[in-house]
Amino acid sequence: MSSLVRNARVVRALGMRSIRQTFRRPQLIAPIIVFPTLLLAIQTGGAAAAVELPGFPPVQSFLQFMLAGAMMQSLMLAGNSGGIALAVDIEMGFTDRLFSAPIPRFAIVLGRLAGTAALGLFGALWFLAIGLIFGATIESGVPGALLAIVLVTAAAMAVGGIGAAIALRTGSASVVQGLFPLVLVVLFLSSAFFPQELMIEPAKTIAEYNPLSLVVEGIREPMISGIDAADTLYAVLAILGIVALGLVLSARALRHRLRVG
Amino acid sequence: MEATVAIPPWRANLATVGALMVRAKNELVRVPGAAIPGVLAPTIFFLGLNGVFGALTQLNGFSTGTYESFIVPVSMLQGAGFTGAAAGVNLARDIEQGWLDRLLVSPAPRWVLLAGTVLAASARSLIPATFVFAIALALGAGWPGFDGLLITFVMVAAMAAVAACWGSFLALRFKSQSAAPLMQAGMMALILTTTAYAPLALLQGWLQDIARVNPVTEVVEAARQGFVGSVTWAGTWPGLLALAGLLAVLGALALREMRRQGR
Repeated sequence: MSSLVRNARVVRALGMRSIRQTFRRPQLIAPIIVFPTLLLAIQTGGAAAAVELPGFPPVQSFLQFMLAGAMMQSLMLAGNSGGIALAVDIEMGFTDRLFSAPIPRFAIVLGRLAGTAALGLFGALWFLAIGLIFGATIESGVPGALLAIVLVTAAAMAVGGIGAAIALRTGSASVVQGLFPLVLVVLFLSSAFFPQELMIEPAKTIAEYNPLSLVVEGIREPMISGIDAADTLYAVLAILGIVALGLVLSARALRHRLRVG
Repeated sequence: MEATVAIPPWRANLATVGALMVRAKNELVRVPGAAIPGVLAPTIFFLGLNGVFGALTQLNGFSTGTYESFIVPVSMLQGAGFTGAAAGVNLARDIEQGWLDRLLVSPAPRWVLLAGTVLAASARSLIPATFVFAIALALGAGWPGFDGLLITFVMVAAMAAVAACWGSFLALRFKSQSAAPLMQAGMMALILTTTAYAPLALLQGWLQDIARVNPVTEVVEAARQGFVGSVTWAGTWPGLLALAGLLAVLGALALREMRRQGR
C-alpha cells in the first residue's frame, strides 16, 4: 500500500472519529447547529423590516440575505468546536498515543480538520435546506448553491486550522472554549449579519477590513444575485489567507507540543 | 448538664440559604475568570447588535432614535439568562462530583437547597447587568431615571431566578453538564422571541404571534420603558405578573425534581 493511500486512510479514520464525537456530545453540536439556527430564526423574524431601509441591497427576503451569515457562524463555531475536541484529546492523552503511532504528525491535524470540514459541509447543507424550506430562493440556482457549499466547507477547514493551532499550543480545552465570545465578536464585526454600508461606526470600518466579510460576501452573492467572479476570487483569497495563517500557527504549535510533551 | 437551645426552623433555613449564597459568591471571588463569560457574552451581544442593527431605528415604528437605548434592557436580561443557566451548569457539576448528595443527607429541606441556588443566581446577575448598563451609558444610551433603572434591575434579578429554576430543573433531570446547551438555548429563545430586536409591529408575522403570547415580552417592555419613554404602573405590572407566573411554573418543576433526588 502506498504511503499516500495509508495516510489518506488515517486522515479518514480520524476525520470520522471527529464527526462521531461531535454528534455524540450535545455541547459540541449545539454551537454548530442549534445556536446559529435559533439566531437565524430570531434575527430573521426580528429584523425582517430591515430590507426596507434605503441602501439595503435588493433581496427576495431578509432570510435570503441572512443565510450566508448563519453558515458563517456555523462554520466558525465548527472550527472552535474542533479545537475544543482536539484540546480534550490532548488533555486525556489520546494525542500522545497518536504521536507514538507510526503515522505522520500532519495526518493527526489533517484528520481533525477533515472532520471540521465535514461539519462545515453539514452546516452548509442544513442552512440551505432551512432556507429553501422557508421560501428563500438561490438566485444562481444549483451552481450557486454548490459554490456556496464549497466555500463554506473550505472556510470551515481554514478556520479549524486556527482552532487546532490554539489547541496544540495551549493543550487546554477551557482556553479554546474561552475563544467562543471572540468568534462572536469577529462575526459581528463583519458583514455577516447586515450590509456593511448600513452598519454603525466603528463596526462599519472594521467590517470593511475584516477578511471574513470577503468570505461571507462570496457565499452570499450566489444566493441573492448571481455568481460574481470578483466576489468569488476575493472569498477564495481570504480563505487561502486564513489557511496559510492556520498552517504556520499549527506547524509551530505542533513543534511546541512535541517539545513539551 | 447544659441545655441545648433549639434553633427555630426558619432561622436554620435562612442560614442554609445564606451559606449556599456565600458558597456561590466564594466561587466568584476565588475564580474571577469564571464570571467573565457571563459578563462578556451579553456585552458582546449588546455591542454587536448595536453596531449591526443600529440603523433599524430609521424605520417607522421605533419609539426611540437610538438603538442603544432600545437594546440595552434586552442585553441586561440576556445577562440574567446566561447567569441563571450557569447556575444550572454549576448544579449539574455539583451532582456529577457528588456534592449535592452530601447536601441531600443534611437536615435542610429540599426547597431551601433550591432557594440557595436560585437566589445566588439572582444576586449574581446584577454584575453583568451593571457592566452592560455602564457601557451603554458611555455609548450614549438614554438615562432611564431612577425609577426606570430600579424596575430594570428588579426585572433582571427576577429573570435570573427564572433562568436558574429552568437550569436547575434540567440539571436535576439530566444530572449532567451536557445539558448546558439546552439550558442556554432555552433562555435565549425565551428572551429573544419577544420584542427584543424591534417593536411588535415591525416583527415578522410568526415572531409577532409568538411575541404576543410569550410572557417575557411583558418583562422586556417593562424593563425597557424607562429607556424609551416614561415609567408607568400600567407598563410595569404585566412584567411583574409574567415573572411571578414563570417563577411559579419553573420553580415548581425544579422543586419537584429536587424532591425526587435520591429516591
